[in-house]
Amino acid sequence: MSQLTTSGSGLGLGHSRHLPTWAPYGVLVLAAAFSAAVLALAGFNLAGFLVLTAITFMIVLVVASRAVEGPRKATDRFVTSLVVGSFLLALVPLISVAWTVISRGAARLDVEFFTFSMRGIVGEGGGAAHALAGTLIITAITTLISVPIGILTAVYLVEYGRGSLARAITFLVDVMTGIPSIVAGLFALALFVLILGPSARLGIMGSVALCVLMIPVVVRSTEEILRLVPHELREASYALGVPKWRTVVKVVLRTSVAGIATGVTLAIARVIGETAPLLVTVGFTAAINYNPFDGRMATLPTFSWFSYAAPSLPVEASIDRAWTAALVLVILVMAFNLLARVVSRAFSPKTR
Amino acid sequence: MSKRIDVSDLNIYYGDFLAVEGVSMAIEPRSVTAFIGPSGCGKSTFLRSLNRMHEVIPGARVEGKVVMDGQDLYGSDVDPVDVRRTVGMVFQRPNPFPTMSIAENVLAGARLNSKRMRKSEADDLVESSLQGANLWNEVKDRLDRPGAGLSGGQQQRLCIARAIAVKPDVLLMDEPCSALDPISTLAIEDLIQKLKSDYTIVIVTHNMQQASRVSDATAFFNIAGTGKPGKLIEMADTATIFSNPTQKATEDYVSGRFG
Repeated sequence: MSQLTTSGSGLGLGHSRHLPTWAPYGVLVLAAAFSAAVLALAGFNLAGFLVLTAITFMIVLVVASRAVEGPRKATDRFVTSLVVGSFLLALVPLISVAWTVISRGAARLDVEFFTFSMRGIVGEGGGAAHALAGTLIITAITTLISVPIGILTAVYLVEYGRGSLARAITFLVDVMTGIPSIVAGLFALALFVLILGPSARLGIMGSVALCVLMIPVVVRSTEEILRLVPHELREASYALGVPKWRTVVKVVLRTSVAGIATGVTLAIARVIGETAPLLVTVGFTAAINYNPFDGRMATLPTFSWFSYAAPSLPVEASIDRAWTAALVLVILVMAFNLLARVVSRAFSPKTR
Repeated sequence: MSKRIDVSDLNIYYGDFLAVEGVSMAIEPRSVTAFIGPSGCGKSTFLRSLNRMHEVIPGARVEGKVVMDGQDLYGSDVDPVDVRRTVGMVFQRPNPFPTMSIAENVLAGARLNSKRMRKSEADDLVESSLQGANLWNEVKDRLDRPGAGLSGGQQQRLCIARAIAVKPDVLLMDEPCSALDPISTLAIEDLIQKLKSDYTIVIVTHNMQQASRVSDATAFFNIAGTGKPGKLIEMADTATIFSNPTQKATEDYVSGRFG
C-alpha cells in the first residue's frame, strides 16, 4: 500500500532515465565497427557497409532506448534517425553531381572559355561564348514572355476568376505542367515551320518552346503566393475607397513581390537547362549569333551535349569543354537563386 | 462632416441564404451607435452593408435601402468605391499594410489612389491623423518604421488614423477592441468619445459594458436559431436599452440571463 502511494505521488518527475548525450555517436561507431567486421569476412563493399551500419545503428539505438528510456523516447529516436538518414540519402546525389561537375569542369573554366566561340577552332582551346550568349538571350526572352502572362493568369485565377472559365484555366495549367519538354519543342517547331517553311531554326522558336514549359510553373507558384496574402489586407484597402485593380496592384502584388520573385527564379532554373526542345527548334552553331530572329543559336545545354556526343579531336579537349559548359550552367542557376534571395530580402514585409 | 443614415427594410443575403432580415433604423450624426447581440446574429454583416463592404464576398447581396443624407447608397448610379471613401471602416483585427511604414500606412488611402500630394501636405495629414487617433506622441520619432512593428493596440489606433486620413463622414468599427488588452481598449474608447464630435460612429461590440460606456444609442440584434436570419429586436437610447428595455429578449441579454 505504501509503495503504491510513493509511486503515485512521485510521478517519476526528475527520476526519468536518459541515455547519455553521446549515446547515438557511440552506437554509430559501434555499428560501423560491427559492419566492417562482418563485411571483412564476406568481402568489403562501400554500399553494403553503409546500409548495414545504418540498420545496425537503428536497431541497437532503439532497443537500448526502449530498455532505458521507455517506448515514447524509443519511437522518437527511431523517427529521428529515419529523418536524418533520409536527409543524408537525399544529399548523396547532390554532392555527387556537384563534385563531378566541379572537378571535371574546373579544368577549362578560364578566360578563353568565356571570350571565344568555336568558330574556326579545331582541336584544343576555343570556348562557349556563343553558347552562353544564346542561353542568356533565349532565357531572357522566355522570361519576358512568360512572367507577365503567368502573373496575370495567376491574378485572374485568384482575384477575379469564378466559375467554369477559371476551372478550365486551372485544368489546362495543370495539363501544361505535365507536358514533356520535347513535346513543347515539337509544338514550337510545328508552329514556326507552318509559317516560315521547313528549314526554320530561330532563337525565338526556342523561347516559345521554353515558354510552354515556364508559364505553368510561374502561374502555379504565383497563385500559391497570392492566396497567402491575408484577405484582411484586401478589405483594409477596399475600406479606404481604393478600387479593386489598384488594390491588386499596390497591395496584393506589392505584399507578395518577394514570393513571386522566388517563384520566377525557380521557373527560370527549371527551363535554363532544357536541352531537347532547344535541339529541335534552335539547332546548333559554332559561331556567335546575337539575333534570336535570324538563324541558329548555340546554347549551353546543347553545347555540352554536342561536345560530349560528337567530340572533335582531340576528344579530351571536347569533353573538357562539355563539363565546363555544365559547370557554367550550374553557376548560372545558383547566381539566379542568390539574386532571388536578395530581391526577396529587399521587398519582403518587415516588422522593425 | 458627419451624416445621418436611414436604413429601411434591409435584407442581407449570402447567396440564397438570408442572413439578416428586415432591418430598419436611423443612425444619428455626431453620435455613437452600438450594435450588440449574440454571435452570428448578423451585427457585423449589417455593419458591412453600411459601406458596401458586404458585396466584396462572392455571392453576397442586399435588398432594401440605405439612405445617407438623401442618397441611396445602393442606387444603381452609386459607385461602391465612392461609398467607402465616405464611410470608413476599422476591422476586428488590426490590419496595417505590412509593406508600409507608419507614415505610409496613414497616407495609404491617398497613396493607393495615386493622389498627388506635396511633401508638406502629406506631413500635415500624417500628423493630424495620428493626433486624431491619439497615437502621434508614441510614434512621432519613428514614422518611417514598419507599421507591423507596433503593439496590437497601437496598430489598431494606426488603422483608425488610416481610416480618418481619407476624411470620411461615417466611421464603422467592427469589434475594434476584441483583440486588445484592457489598457489599449480604454485608449480606443477614449478615442471614440473624442471622434464622435466630428464623425457618425457605428460600433459592433460583444462587450456590453463597452456599449454602455461609449454609445449614445444601442441596437440589439438577435437570431431565432441556427439557419434563421438575424433580426433587429430593439433600438433606443443606450440608457433605455440597459435600464428599461421594452422587449423581454433584450432585457434577458443585457442582464446576462440570455439563453
